[in-house]
Amino acid sequence: MVSDIPQSFWLYVIFAVLLLVDGLWCMLATQNLLRIIIGLEILMKSVTFFLIVAGYLSGRMALAQAMVITVIVIEVVVVVAAAGIVLGFHRKHDTLNIRSTRTLKG
Amino acid sequence: MIVITIVLVVMVLAALWASLTTLLLRATIALALTSAMLAVVMYSLGATFAAVLELSVCAGLISVVFVSVISLTQRRPFKDYVTRRLSRMRRFWPLPLVLVAIGVALSFVHTPVHIVLPLPNGDGDVRTVMWTLRQMDLFGQILILLAGVFGVLVFFKKDTSDGK
Repeated sequence: MVSDIPQSFWLYVIFAVLLLVDGLWCMLATQNLLRIIIGLEILMKSVTFFLIVAGYLSGRMALAQAMVITVIVIEVVVVVAAAGIVLGFHRKHDTLNIRSTRTLKG
Repeated sequence: MIVITIVLVVMVLAALWASLTTLLLRATIALALTSAMLAVVMYSLGATFAAVLELSVCAGLISVVFVSVISLTQRRPFKDYVTRRLSRMRRFWPLPLVLVAIGVALSFVHTPVHIVLPLPNGDGDVRTVMWTLRQMDLFGQILILLAGVFGVLVFFKKDTSDGK
């Protein structure tokens, strides 16, 4: 089935791309470990949004929701594990600056 | 459609605020606001289950995790706030302009795109999909959750060595 993309789809795509750029910039321009996780979170929001829009467009919202639920579970585990790493790093080096990771072994 | 557009604008502005603000606590609040706005958009598109999960987990649980980590790590004096803000502005001032430029450029794109959509096979309900079609995903999720739990346990394990 070949179909034209509805006009509203572009609106969603534009805002999802803006979220993507924002998250990427946040990750790349900062030196704070916690801010990198925040940037990652914004990127994940963009991916989630893309998945939902794709499900809406293809009419398979149930499948898209199942995917999004999986993504959210993975997102939580990634954030919690990353927070644990950040805390451990802070205890060891007393800083959250990413440049201090150069002193790590390995 | 106007309401959804406003919600989308607020969502991107909140994400921008999360990137620009100097204080991490404000960034966490902005991130929670982004999640809440995304949940509203999801709900309006018909993804009710995902919207509820986004609101409760991403806007709730992850904010709690962030606030806990910030409270355990932030010990900077407030007086160097201005210095940090200036340094931050130097790195982030192009971001709003870049976002506006990309938004305007994309809004002028009128490329007629034809996509091939799969035939609807009547997925029906998300619960049916989760428990039948994507059953293995649930096992994967359980394994990932266990990996996260054990990972955190390892990170917070007490150092029993005597320092040698």
